[in-house]
Amino acid sequence: MLEQLYNAVFIGSIYALFAVGFALVFSVLDVLNLAHPTTFMLGAFAALFAIATLGLPWYAAIVVALVATGAFGVLLDRVAFAPLRARNAPQLSSMISSLAVTLVVVRLVELRYGGDFIVFPAGAVPSFLIRFGDVTLEGTRLAIIVLSVLVMAVLTYVVRSTRLGRELRALAENPRAARVVGIDVERAIAATFFISSALGGLAGVLLAFAYNSLDSKMGLPLELRAFTVMVVGGMGSLPGAVLGAYVLALGEVASLVYLPAELRDAFAFGLLFLVLIVRPSGLFGQRSVDRA
Amino acid sequence: MDAIGDFLAAYSTTIAIVGVNALLALSVWVTLYAGQLTLGNAAFMAVGAYVSALLGRHLGLPFPLALLVGAVGSAALAAPLGLTVFRLRGVYLAIATLAFGEVVRVVLLATPITGKGQGLNGIPPKTELWHIFLTLAVAAYVLWRVQGSIVGRAWAAIREDELAAASQGIPVRRYKLTAFVIGALLAGWAGGLSAHVTFSIDPSDFAFTKAVQILVFAVVGGVPSVLGPIFGATLLTSLPELLRPLKDARDIFQGLFLLGVIVYLPRGLVTLAQLRRTRQLREIGATDVA
Repeated sequence: MLEQLYNAVFIGSIYALFAVGFALVFSVLDVLNLAHPTTFMLGAFAALFAIATLGLPWYAAIVVALVATGAFGVLLDRVAFAPLRARNAPQLSSMISSLAVTLVVVRLVELRYGGDFIVFPAGAVPSFLIRFGDVTLEGTRLAIIVLSVLVMAVLTYVVRSTRLGRELRALAENPRAARVVGIDVERAIAATFFISSALGGLAGVLLAFAYNSLDSKMGLPLELRAFTVMVVGGMGSLPGAVLGAYVLALGEVASLVYLPAELRDAFAFGLLFLVLIVRPSGLFGQRSVDRA
Repeated sequence: MDAIGDFLAAYSTTIAIVGVNALLALSVWVTLYAGQLTLGNAAFMAVGAYVSALLGRHLGLPFPLALLVGAVGSAALAAPLGLTVFRLRGVYLAIATLAFGEVVRVVLLATPITGKGQGLNGIPPKTELWHIFLTLAVAAYVLWRVQGSIVGRAWAAIREDELAAASQGIPVRRYKLTAFVIGALLAGWAGGLSAHVTFSIDPSDFAFTKAVQILVFAVVGGVPSVLGPIFGATLLTSLPELLRPLKDARDIFQGLFLLGVIVYLPRGLVTLAQLRRTRQLREIGATDVA
């Protein structure tokens, strides 16, 4: 029981890191970045490259992954989002352009590393156990939970109390007014993509470390779960995304106990559908645009 | 003549899949034309495929009748679903229909009669090429006529400005629902046809990736005209075959192609034909894609 709760909190932390990055872009720009799962996967592969090819230790690999995925996010914006934003294209267009980038990047990764599961070199990923009486817990997961909570606390501080945070909130509220009051809109958007993608990449490295496994399609299951998390928490709400992530993870672990294995995914999508029908604004949502 | 015969024999499966994909692209075109982004068509395709295959296997229903029941079953499912989800718009609508698709997939994974994860095997190859292309021609003709009718103009009005359309007295919800049900009917029919081409079906054939693929066919081809989705599906289905020499780099090329279209030709490839007549291009509307 305790072990299952522990796993739920661990998975919830990964979902939260992933979904907060997703929600950040949506809240600022009103677009769904469908390349976010690819960024997640890239984070794990950047760490693999740092460890296996550059011979760096695991903590340096995390930094490499953060910087690499952040930079990828900025590039992604320039290639797939900026041209469409410039001519005010509808949401659908940027969903498709980010999907196109996904096709290219996943294939490039597969050309280098193949499409199968890969493990890190032996001993490269730290692994230790914690004992409480007769309960044994994996220490790596605890470290990941703590790290995720810290990262989200820093993000909250940045969005609430810094100049950049105020610029982002202004941009989310009204892009034209933000430009009028002298905010460098394109720079703020680049920062948004850097932070969002670095968070996605971090989630990817951490999950790959915890399971000691990575593959080119590891982002796919998270994509639909991130939708659930965002809708449950209210689209574009960052605290909502965090809460939604833990709700989903707890629900999934609980449903694993009571439901057959084939129905593992049913909880996430059932919940998503239900919330959309009953309370489309989610738990934390306020804006009512696009909802009749 | 022999050359054509050889070509048909060697590529008949690919040609059949081109036709099925064109039908699927048309099925999502109907809602796109009305300005609604839905991602449930892979699920409607699954309903058509499973219902027709199961009816043929267990009740021995003749093929056309089984296809029809599959398609009508899809449409019957779409009506109540549409009533519920068309309270939502934009990204929310897309996500809700996507969630519906996943629910269908999970139900298929968990139900014994659909073969769970293994799916159904040994479906008799009853689909002939002319079945597919006759339906495609009929569907394209009917939709082309609908596009020019009062219904088509109502869809266009809703797409350009829903509030304005409603204030003109257009029953917006009813027209959206009509588009959705027609789309489901087409997707269900296409699903039945494809199940009897591919020999076996399983739930992973109708997942998120399929829904997105169908959408991409329609968008790359272009939404302004019924020919757009047919052209898009034909090109993108045969492209992997044509690009076979590129082998592993195929997906990369497809991705770059897709990106190029969405960035430089936002209204799809059919607009290439209209580029000479830029004035008309402006007349068909300023907004892109949908």
